[in-house]
Amino acid sequence: MSNGARSVIEVHRNGNIMAQEKLLEGYVGFANLPNQVYRKSVKRGFEFTLMVVGESGLGKSTLINSLFLTDLYSPEYPGPSHRIKKTVQVEQSKVLVKEGGVQLLLTIVDTPGFGDAVDNSNCWQPVIDHIDSKFEDYLNSESRVNRRQMPDNRVHCCLYFIAPSGHGLKPLDIEFMKRLHEKVNIIPLIAKADTMTPEECQQFKKQIMREITEHKIQIYEFPETNDEEENKMVKKIKDRLPLAVVGSNTIIVVNEKRVRGRQYPWGVAEVENGEHCDFTILRNMLIRTHMQDLKDVTNNVHYENYRSRKLAAVTYNGVDNNKNKGPMTKSPLAQMEEERREHVTKMEKMEMEMEQVFEMKVKEKIQKLKDSELELQRRHEQMKKNLEAQHKELEEKRRQLEDEKHNWEAQQRVLEQQKLDASRTLEKNKKKKIF
Amino acid sequence: MNEQNELPPHVAAPSPTAPHGPSGLGGGVGVDRVPGLGHSGGGSTLLGYIGIDTIIEQMRKKTMKAGFDFNIMIVGHSGLGKSTLVNTLFKSQVSRWSSGWGSEHKIPKTVEIKAVSHVIEEGGVKMKLTVIDTPGFGDQINNENCWDPISKYINEQYEKFLKEEVNIARKKRIPDTRVHCCLYFISPTGHSLRQLDIEFMKHLSRVVNIIPVIAKSDTMTLDEKNEFKHRVRKELETHGIEYYPQNEFDDDMEDKNENDKIRETMPFAVVGSDKEFQVNGKRVLGRKTAWGVVEVENPNHCEFALLRDFLIRSHLQDLKEVTHNIHYETYRARRLNDNGGLSDVKVTCQFPLTL
Repeated sequence: MSNGARSVIEVHRNGNIMAQEKLLEGYVGFANLPNQVYRKSVKRGFEFTLMVVGESGLGKSTLINSLFLTDLYSPEYPGPSHRIKKTVQVEQSKVLVKEGGVQLLLTIVDTPGFGDAVDNSNCWQPVIDHIDSKFEDYLNSESRVNRRQMPDNRVHCCLYFIAPSGHGLKPLDIEFMKRLHEKVNIIPLIAKADTMTPEECQQFKKQIMREITEHKIQIYEFPETNDEEENKMVKKIKDRLPLAVVGSNTIIVVNEKRVRGRQYPWGVAEVENGEHCDFTILRNMLIRTHMQDLKDVTNNVHYENYRSRKLAAVTYNGVDNNKNKGPMTKSPLAQMEEERREHVTKMEKMEMEMEQVFEMKVKEKIQKLKDSELELQRRHEQMKKNLEAQHKELEEKRRQLEDEKHNWEAQQRVLEQQKLDASRTLEKNKKKKIF
Repeated sequence: MNEQNELPPHVAAPSPTAPHGPSGLGGGVGVDRVPGLGHSGGGSTLLGYIGIDTIIEQMRKKTMKAGFDFNIMIVGHSGLGKSTLVNTLFKSQVSRWSSGWGSEHKIPKTVEIKAVSHVIEEGGVKMKLTVIDTPGFGDQINNENCWDPISKYINEQYEKFLKEEVNIARKKRIPDTRVHCCLYFISPTGHSLRQLDIEFMKHLSRVVNIIPVIAKSDTMTLDEKNEFKHRVRKELETHGIEYYPQNEFDDDMEDKNENDKIRETMPFAVVGSDKEFQVNGKRVLGRKTAWGVVEVENPNHCEFALLRDFLIRSHLQDLKEVTHNIHYETYRARRLNDNGGLSDVKVTCQFPLTL
């Protein structure tokens, strides 16, 4: 058993720590460490979040189905592309895939409605908000006291679909990538690559890479490794960026072989044929070789950027930037305490001010009310007087009327009397005449 | 029209300027003396040969001398193969790129209108073809009202013609710069029309003849193509967009039948190419991919041949007539009624209306 396992350790000469190379006299067994890690992580399972962004009709759903060989979007649950959206939405679908005892919780984040409207300004905002909210969730769960469960929902990779125009990037593409390249790993893909002939494809790729460097967009970089073999492979991939993909899940028989592809009247475009498109490269890179690296970069670079920006913003309000040019002297907690106190004093001051203002206003209002009361009183008096005057007038008139009536009646009586007298005398005369 | 590509296509269609004849005279060119049978109207039979039918020949000679012009506008966002298609249609380098307009393919910030004219000749007939390109359409992030410059341009051409017409001393032949046909390129997403497509066509189908075309159709398999076309037709119908040939302008049953058949197959799914490849011993125009050659003129592969026949060989004159008799007259009536000018068109000088 003792095969003299030898491990080469790097010798550090900084300070007092110097690790010397020691020869083992027997088999200790820590070479088994990777297996332990492996077993633990297999038990835990893996999580991976993939975001797909692009205009509708570029074959995003089909590509996802092809990548993971499942029907994420099946006829019973049609993908977002079959539903017309008026605004950009962000939708998540989770799928648990198992293979060889390893399980992967795959989350696909789709962005239907992206770039479909007539006016597409700020169509990237929902996407940015989503990514930031996932970072915030992780930050909060990291800062909690009980950190047993830390689900990692951060977006690990963003596949950006470029329409195969053959000319170059559209202004929308450039804007989007400029805003998101520091928040998430962007992998640009040329969608529906069977539109172009090989020469057109080459030219298009070159044009895109030129524009990407021109606008200083940082797409996901494949890491250099020490291994020569891997480096060669990585270089080959880099030459073929951005990857031109074709997606399909329909199986067609070609030369007695069953392949996945698209059937045209002039031939069959095979999805897994390296000469037809770069699908296999994408799949290998995304799933087989670089998935862990994508997660690492998200954790170490993008998440840390977000975290430092967020925490710096919290302390920015209380600290004058000119004073603290060096590293932070106060711990975040003390900083927060101070802020809180400041905040409280500010609040008290504001309260006092508001009370004063309130008093003043109340006084004003009371004054106004008094004035209006007086006014009303005055008017009331005046109206009463008017009323009395009218009353008197009416009495006057009435008396006059009564007087007139009396006079008139008196006159009538006199007239009656005269008439009576006149009739009597007439009768007397008549009698006299007859006799 | 089963034409081989090796022979240069010759004019086999009726002379383009021959009106749909008033009588049932054959559409043949250079017609021999036909005894005067069968004519329209309820007139009497001719007793001998008069020679009225030679009017076709006379007209043909005249137009061959004068030549005629055709203005086609191509609209669609960049990268849809518009210039390639126009080159393929007219079998020559007539698009903007080939006029030495610079090899930079930078997307302009606003919609520009670029018109390029060429004179092409075939079988003794000269045609002044003007291709009006609209770079920058639909390429920005915010594409609100990107059809305004196009609408303005079309109305300006009508205005120019109107001014010439209203002039006291008119030219013998008013130069016709009006847009006769607008090819609108639809992106082959496979799902449905985009918002921008619908908006554009709604605004412009009343002003100019729009022929919608599905660009780069070698992206789609046959099933996808049929489904997409069906969906596009339904959407156009739902939004009330009348594309050319318009239903309302069909003159008689014969026209209607013919046009109905064409309308069923529209929008045409086309592929353009100006490169030739060897296929089965023949040289064909096409696109060579790793899994086969897409033949442009093969009706099983794409509908380019249909579009070309429709556009050039059978309906070219009709396009011009509809533009002149209907779209232009609508514009003229509106203009003369308003008596103040439309808001779209900036009239540089007020001409006196002598009505």
